[in-house]
Amino acid sequence: MRDVRDALMVARNTDGKLVSRPLSPHLQVWRWPVAMAVSISHRVTGVGLGIGTLLLTWWVVAAATSDRAFATVQWFLGTPVGLFVLFCWTLSLLLHLCSGIRHLAWDAGFGFEPRTYRLTSWIVFVVAGLATLLIWAVGLAIW
Amino acid sequence: MPDANRAPRIDILRSPLGRARGLGAAHAGAGIWLGHRLSAIALVPLTLWFIWAMVSMVGATRQDVAAWLGSPLTLALMLALLLMTFYHMRLGLETVVEDYVQQPVLRLTALLTIKAATLFLGLACIASVLRLGL
Repeated sequence: MRDVRDALMVARNTDGKLVSRPLSPHLQVWRWPVAMAVSISHRVTGVGLGIGTLLLTWWVVAAATSDRAFATVQWFLGTPVGLFVLFCWTLSLLLHLCSGIRHLAWDAGFGFEPRTYRLTSWIVFVVAGLATLLIWAVGLAIW
Repeated sequence: MPDANRAPRIDILRSPLGRARGLGAAHAGAGIWLGHRLSAIALVPLTLWFIWAMVSMVGATRQDVAAWLGSPLTLALMLALLLMTFYHMRLGLETVVEDYVQQPVLRLTALLTIKAATLFLGLACIASVLRLGL
């Protein structure tokens, strides 16, 4: 046993013998219900947005530094790679935002019924996807 | 975690009750939990405003950005967004590391790196925004 969490994994059965408690099956065993996909995407997009703040920092710091530095960022964001990164950033932001609102509703005690749970999972994906497309349509039209 | 090939055994000289007592609430988690939710609530309107602002800034020059931040209200909103974003991000990334990284040295290194990086990036953004706007 290396830490206290291990202590909880070992227990005595009715004969008094020490046994390992059974573990629940890991991720890859389950079918993928939509709620599980939303839950995982919330974490993945959260970490992704953390990395994305590097881009925000670069943009803001360059704007405060010099015309040349700012021109470099603006050039990068206009390249295919830059546009792809920005698109992923927009989608991640909206997925995390929609899913986050769902989390806040749970914290307030709403939305735990299985039907509501599945429905709101789909709503998160659909709204985030449509909003991303809308934002990009407007953005590209201006550009 | 227990090794499947090893017979289960307990190496700690503490009674099960003593171990269970040591596992209780640390009386320090509620503030962090609440801070994460409150920053999330603040970030809902701030993020929507930020997306709208960024879309209208497509193709903007440096002078446009400076003029945009020249309005005190915009500057205040931007500062609020940055403070909330980096605070929320720090708590979120720390939670992920606490959940998945078990090796003590790696865990501590990751947690301290997150604290330092979010603080520094946040301050760099705030300094830049203030320089442009003031």
